[in-house]
Amino acid sequence: MNWGSAAEFFAMGGYGLYVWGSYAVALLLMVAEPLLVVRRRRRALRDARLAEVFVTDDAN
Amino acid sequence: MNATGLRFFTFAAPSRFYTLAGWLVPVFWAVAIGFTLAGLYIGFFIAPTDATQGDSYRIIFIHVPTAWMSMLLYLVMAFWAVIGWAFNARMASILARAIAPTGAMFTFLALWTGALWGKPTWGTWWVWDARLTSELILLFLYLGYIALAEAIDDPKRADQASALLAAVGVINVPIIYYSVVWWNTLHQGATISLTAAPKMASTMLTAMLLMTVACWAYAFAVVFSRARAMAVERDRHAAWVHTLAVRTGQGGAA
Repeated sequence: MNWGSAAEFFAMGGYGLYVWGSYAVALLLMVAEPLLVVRRRRRALRDARLAEVFVTDDAN
Repeated sequence: MNATGLRFFTFAAPSRFYTLAGWLVPVFWAVAIGFTLAGLYIGFFIAPTDATQGDSYRIIFIHVPTAWMSMLLYLVMAFWAVIGWAFNARMASILARAIAPTGAMFTFLALWTGALWGKPTWGTWWVWDARLTSELILLFLYLGYIALAEAIDDPKRADQASALLAAVGVINVPIIYYSVVWWNTLHQGATISLTAAPKMASTMLTAMLLMTVACWAYAFAVVFSRARAMAVERDRHAAWVHTLAVRTGQGGAA
């Protein structure tokens, strides 16, 4: 175990800003990207559904 | 799709890819999350503090995996773009374009974490040395590829034009990789070499490799998810999308 306390862990030997700044941005992007992709697929399926309605209407 | 075609090409049909990728994505997510937790645990709690760099070196566990992925994904993207172009394989072109945003994201992270590591160790966020500059060019190649593909309305022409850009840009990847050998750079040499013993403690190496597998699985999960969305967008009027859209509209699984 490297750390005596939680404060020591967050301080990262004085490099907290650099270490946590790296991991925080990585986490942010790697959470945001999958969410955007999920939204994109939902929208694609919804658009496909709407397009289908128009096609059916034209046929009638 | 020719019904008599070899089974090898079965998943080249967007409809079949959609189903297969749907099964694989949760598996890749499980691998990504599991390996991230294991890698970070070893990286922060088991691996010792570095004698010369102190705890700032712990950025390596995210910096090196993202930098590796940025280069690997470019090669994979260019490969599928060219396959899609040469064989008129739609799913290959979709895959290439699905890789680009994730590749750009990893490139940005490699640059960002590198800047945050450079400040405490080199005393500067950025220098115009060969390694950093060629990695920045990689980011511009990804962004240029995305912009070019998005600017052309006809999907087929967009795939072809962007494939050409992707193929030409491949030359930059060996330049990034060997930049620390060819030029006198501030950036250190390769962390891992296939021909020499690792220069780092085995726990540090283990954490870095676990994080690399995690980033690799993450890339698969996100790229396959995006490729599924793109397949639906492009085949909007196809029967398989119609069936799928109706099913999901009724609250079924996508």
